[in-house]
Amino acid sequence: MAEWVQACGESDVDPEDVIRFDHDGRTFAVYRSPEGEFFATDGLCTHEKVHLADGLVMDETIECPKHNGRFDYKSGQAMGAPVCVNLKTYPVKREGGQVLIEI
Amino acid sequence: MAHARGMVVVGAGEAGTRAALCLRERGYAGRVTLVGDEVHPPYERPPLSKGAGAADALPELKAISTREQLAAANIEFLHSARAAAIDPAEGTVRLPNGTVLFYDKLLLGTGAAPRRLPMADAARHCAYFRTYDDAVAIRRRLGPGSRVAIIGAGFIGLELAASARERGATVTVIEAQPRILTRGVPAEIAAVLHARHEEAGIEILCGEGVTGITEDAETVRLALTSGRTVAADIAVIGIGATPVTGLAEAAGLAIDNGIAVDDALRTSDPHIFAAGDCCSFPLALYGGRRVRLEAWRNAQQQGALAARNMLGAGEAYAAVPWFWSDQHGLGLQVAGLPDEGCCIVRRDLGGALVLFHLSADGRLVAASGIGPGHAVARDVRVTEMLIAGRAAPPAGDLARPEVKLKSLLAR
Repeated sequence: MAEWVQACGESDVDPEDVIRFDHDGRTFAVYRSPEGEFFATDGLCTHEKVHLADGLVMDETIECPKHNGRFDYKSGQAMGAPVCVNLKTYPVKREGGQVLIEI
Repeated sequence: MAHARGMVVVGAGEAGTRAALCLRERGYAGRVTLVGDEVHPPYERPPLSKGAGAADALPELKAISTREQLAAANIEFLHSARAAAIDPAEGTVRLPNGTVLFYDKLLLGTGAAPRRLPMADAARHCAYFRTYDDAVAIRRRLGPGSRVAIIGAGFIGLELAASARERGATVTVIEAQPRILTRGVPAEIAAVLHARHEEAGIEILCGEGVTGITEDAETVRLALTSGRTVAADIAVIGIGATPVTGLAEAAGLAIDNGIAVDDALRTSDPHIFAAGDCCSFPLALYGGRRVRLEAWRNAQQQGALAARNMLGAGEAYAAVPWFWSDQHGLGLQVAGLPDEGCCIVRRDLGGALVLFHLSADGRLVAASGIGPGHAVARDVRVTEMLIAGRAAPPAGDLARPEVKLKSLLAR
């Protein structure tokens, strides 16, 4: 059953950046867009299971640190070779300076 | 009789396969034939030498595209087929079984082959490493207690050393140069890696040449210049690779450290292109310097670009060279050409290190980094963008880890 879990504080993520969040044996990536909005996806690239939080956020895309596969982190959409499988995304809300994701 | 011409790709490695797929992605509706000399469907080479899957009995064959996917894309895949001859005047490629393929445009992605060590030619316990079958043959002889000698401390040799050690083998690496990774990796980064290999129990002998190889039923013995002998169950030779150019040479194409192409990846014949490890090309970012790269991303990007240009796009290849290696959990990445730099700025990330290579006029020409996992990936990636933008950022900013490199990009 889906539950809301606290992932980080708002100030833990810089604008246009990403951090890793591990919970209950799973790993996620939490993003902050250049406009300051928060998003969350699965933490591992769909190509070779690499932590996306080590990658580079540019505008609305996250680029995997290993092979430069890119995803739109707002929709999870894979943006071309070598990645072809979309990333799962999760709902995000902010409460009292904290960022929560529904997993 | 008129033949249905189409696009022919010789070589089903990274470059050739990406090209075939890209032709379809770009909407090309004619015939596409992909000719590979191995029996396997096109697969990714990088995982073969790296540690991943060390517990499995056999290396993983990670397909770039399965036979089903190729068929679904209407790409005719001919396996176990080594093209015998090109006739540029007729626009044909002949296969050993007599099949003749008619092309509008031809792409050569013939790759590179391991450089041979002549004194090992008759040896039964010596192996080379390039293909999946090579990886299987070597893997079968690795295990707890087995002894492996590796000739050459380049990337292939060191990655194999690390994965063999993970499987419990005793590993000795023999390198003729005074240090490991003399090609393209700065001494300080190589030293970090060298120390990590030794910590893992691997013996690395630098400045040692192999002067003779003798074998008996079970053992290969390597005589070294110092007089020492290294005995092993198997010796893997990793002394570099040479571009596969025989087919192109026989067809009269220009050769210059590989099949010579222009910035659009076109050979000296306007209907024939080349991409990946087999070709040398000019890099505008470095004053048109001609380079040949043996790197996964280069092969992938050149394959895709060649496909677009076979369809008439006329785009120039302008990517910044980039490669990575994984050994013992350390990730190494290099972007750009370090030998173009004349001074180095260090950025100490605490447990990870990035070196920036600057030209005499302060322009960033390369970055190299090493650290656990992907600790240096982001900085090296941003540096690549800075290089592409011909940036000359202040050395003080580069040196301070609290300065986000992204802030140095012109937006």
